[in-house]
Amino acid sequence: MNNFFDKLFGKKKQQQQKTAVSENVVTAPLSDAQLQAIKVSSNKFEPAQIVVGCGQSVGKQRELNEDSLLAFTSSISGNSGSTPFGLYIVADGMGGHQYGEVASNAAIRTIADQVLRKFHPYLFNLPSTPLDESLQEIMQGAISEAQRVVLREAPGSGTTVTAALVVGQQVTIAHVGDSRGYMIYQDGRMEVVTRDHSLVRRLEELGQITASEAAVHPQRNVLYRALGQGEVLESDVTTMPFPQNGYLLLCSDGLWGLVSDEELRQITLNAPTLHTACQNMVTAANTAGGPDNITAILIQVLS
Amino acid sequence: MTGGTTLVDRYTIQEVIGVGGMGSVYRARDLHFPNVVKLVAVKEMINQAPDPLIRATIVQNFEREANILATLSHPSIPRIYDYFSEDNRSYLVLEFVNGRDLEQVINDTPGFLSEEQVLAWAIQLCDVLSFLHAHKPDPIVFRDMKPSNVMVNQANHIILVDFGIAKPFQTGQKGTMIGTEGYSPPEQYRGEATTLADVYALGATIHHALTRRDPRIEPPFSFSERPVRKINPAVSLELETVINSALQYNSKDRFPTIEAMRDALIGAGRKTGLLGRVPTQVSQVLTAQTGTIKPIWAFQCEDEVRSTPLFFNGSIYVGCYDNNLYALNATNGEFQWKYATDGGIVSKPAVFDGNIFFGSEDHRLHVVSARSGKVLWTYFADDHIRSSPRISENHAFFGSDDKYLHAVNLGTGRLSWRFAAAAEVRSSPFVVDELVYFGCESGDFYAVNFRGEMKWRFSAKRGITSSPCVQDNVVYFTSMDSYLYALDAKTGWSIWRFKMEKGSVVSPSFAEGIVFCGSADGNIYGIDSRSAKELWRFKTDHQVSGSPIVYKDSIYCGSVDGNLYCLEYRTGRLRWKYETKGPIMGSAMVYDDIVYVGSADHFVYALLS
Repeated sequence: MNNFFDKLFGKKKQQQQKTAVSENVVTAPLSDAQLQAIKVSSNKFEPAQIVVGCGQSVGKQRELNEDSLLAFTSSISGNSGSTPFGLYIVADGMGGHQYGEVASNAAIRTIADQVLRKFHPYLFNLPSTPLDESLQEIMQGAISEAQRVVLREAPGSGTTVTAALVVGQQVTIAHVGDSRGYMIYQDGRMEVVTRDHSLVRRLEELGQITASEAAVHPQRNVLYRALGQGEVLESDVTTMPFPQNGYLLLCSDGLWGLVSDEELRQITLNAPTLHTACQNMVTAANTAGGPDNITAILIQVLS
Repeated sequence: MTGGTTLVDRYTIQEVIGVGGMGSVYRARDLHFPNVVKLVAVKEMINQAPDPLIRATIVQNFEREANILATLSHPSIPRIYDYFSEDNRSYLVLEFVNGRDLEQVINDTPGFLSEEQVLAWAIQLCDVLSFLHAHKPDPIVFRDMKPSNVMVNQANHIILVDFGIAKPFQTGQKGTMIGTEGYSPPEQYRGEATTLADVYALGATIHHALTRRDPRIEPPFSFSERPVRKINPAVSLELETVINSALQYNSKDRFPTIEAMRDALIGAGRKTGLLGRVPTQVSQVLTAQTGTIKPIWAFQCEDEVRSTPLFFNGSIYVGCYDNNLYALNATNGEFQWKYATDGGIVSKPAVFDGNIFFGSEDHRLHVVSARSGKVLWTYFADDHIRSSPRISENHAFFGSDDKYLHAVNLGTGRLSWRFAAAAEVRSSPFVVDELVYFGCESGDFYAVNFRGEMKWRFSAKRGITSSPCVQDNVVYFTSMDSYLYALDAKTGWSIWRFKMEKGSVVSPSFAEGIVFCGSADGNIYGIDSRSAKELWRFKTDHQVSGSPIVYKDSIYCGSVDGNLYCLEYRTGRLRWKYETKGPIMGSAMVYDDIVYVGSADHFVYALLS
């Protein structure tokens, strides 16, 4: 045990000494973040695995938390190969409707139930049984079932859903409403990978109003699509490569509506762990007033 | 209010017949007619504004508009009998319309409403809107045309209700809400409402009535993404055109007046014969640009050209069913040499190190000098070679009808390994990141590493003749089971599949997030690679078996109907087509703005793109 600690802390001391020595060198020493970046990119993780952090808060002005989140991560590795598998969902139940919290809770549980059922024979059967549906069909099916359950369990209510299924190198996102998915790439670029189903976003896309007008538009909370609303529900299902050494952030509008994309990016890149990053995001939204429920999930695939 | 309540000693409430933003609408009995049952509609507005000044303004507005309405006399506008205020509530007493609103009618009708019926209502709605717009001194803009504001009475006549007197005043709701106005034009969200807003909203109302697709749950201003006839093909092109004009995004692109829209509706009705028998004009048929494309040159072979040409170093190399591989001068089509095999050539040649590689029906892979056409070596498979060779890591990879994928060493001309597939391999392999991807006629699809070991396998329901393409770690191919598949290239997980109307042997291609393919159903498709959504389709007159080729912002694709089509790849719009005298079964090749393509009419063509 002592050896183990010596190894750990001894090494740290050595590193500190090196930094001290380097003061005499003309070139500027690399910052810890820069070193970390080099370390991460040169390291190869065996097996490939998913790491995740979550954050949630009722906010500063509401009494009820109508947001729900679900994070499910699994690693199976051995001679038969390894495929990281994870399912992450953010659902924002709708205020102004009854049972918003019932709707978001029913949505995340139903979707997870549907998806995991489909994957069960693949993950746990001997021998492993291939899926007979495509990833997008599985996600589409799960959303439809969640729609049925929400209509039955919480009629008149509604919820947004942004669900990300990570399998191997790909992430498949099913999305309804105005929660968001962001990808943050290794080079620091950040991209919204979902499309808000909101009136103001649509007006903005069509060039009727500007982004700054959208941020203060009186109807900025109005969605045109949500789970539990309407007879037919069309969700956006897309698949894209998971950014290498990058991140996927899922969050409700209680976060992205209050904290700028740039700030979210900075928090993600600067926090020591994903859990801390999520806590810092929630704190930032609460500091900005916290008018709505706040939910964030931050995911990274190490490979 | 509950049933039995009597207002101002005159109107006895019977039941609620509608709920609005600021109160309800009731059916009531007018007690001034004790000997008969006279029914009226009583519309209530609850004034909840806390500020007494605002409250007074709301009441004034209510009374002013009631006064305007009282002067309007039209069969499609309910008569107003009375209005009064009590405490914080104002009431309007109107003619009771015995019927259902159009939204209920749409929802209660199994299937679609008939075009004839919708057209008749639409013309009546134009009449009443036209009456309002002609109001003096100021035109009255209805502002809220939608199915729930249109009543259809017992005589099947329409009556416009809800003149915006009791419109909800926004009270700044917090939190996420569902629902948009859906029928309103974009400019109305900036506070502009002109008579052209009514034109748009009427277009939206007709669209909803004909398609049953409620615009309040669709993306706002997305009517152009769901043309009426795509949902309800029974509707005439004429009526769809009128609806499209009314729904133009920019108000100046719509009908300039509601009267113009009415005339267009009547015109559409006459053309389709739904409004009496009036001589019809021959509708203008749009013809694509044809005949303007002239070949730079054409070279005649002795049999059908099904192979795809290859460009290398100023020459075109193309195989033919007459057993020859031809080398032609790419600039003028001059014959350079031909090399005879003992069977037809359907595969696309590959080039490596100044040599041309191609398979033949004679079971052999031939390697000849690009310059002279002299044979260097040949390699024997045990059956026809229809798969095109791919060169990588000093090996030629190709399939054969002998059910193997062959990996032949280019240095020795000998087999390094072969991989046993479940059936004939006619698909051309795709090689990337040390994996070889190909399908076979049993429907199995394989990823094999450079040692000939299977990495993964996927099964389609029918044969895979299509050659895969890999982009961003996703492999795309089609199958005779009529699906276009997208699989994760590392694991073989199916990401999505897209159903076409018939089976396909077409090899997909890719550009800017769009996957292009075609099928025996005669269509060329553009599919979004992330969402598997069909972005466009282009109908040819026969099967599509050759692959769409991307060049600049166009794709080039032949069809068995004999045409080579050039389509704008983002929209699928036809740029031009060139008609050959036989089916085109292979793919085109574009180099330096010149398109090279072979046809079953025995010719190889060079066309200026």
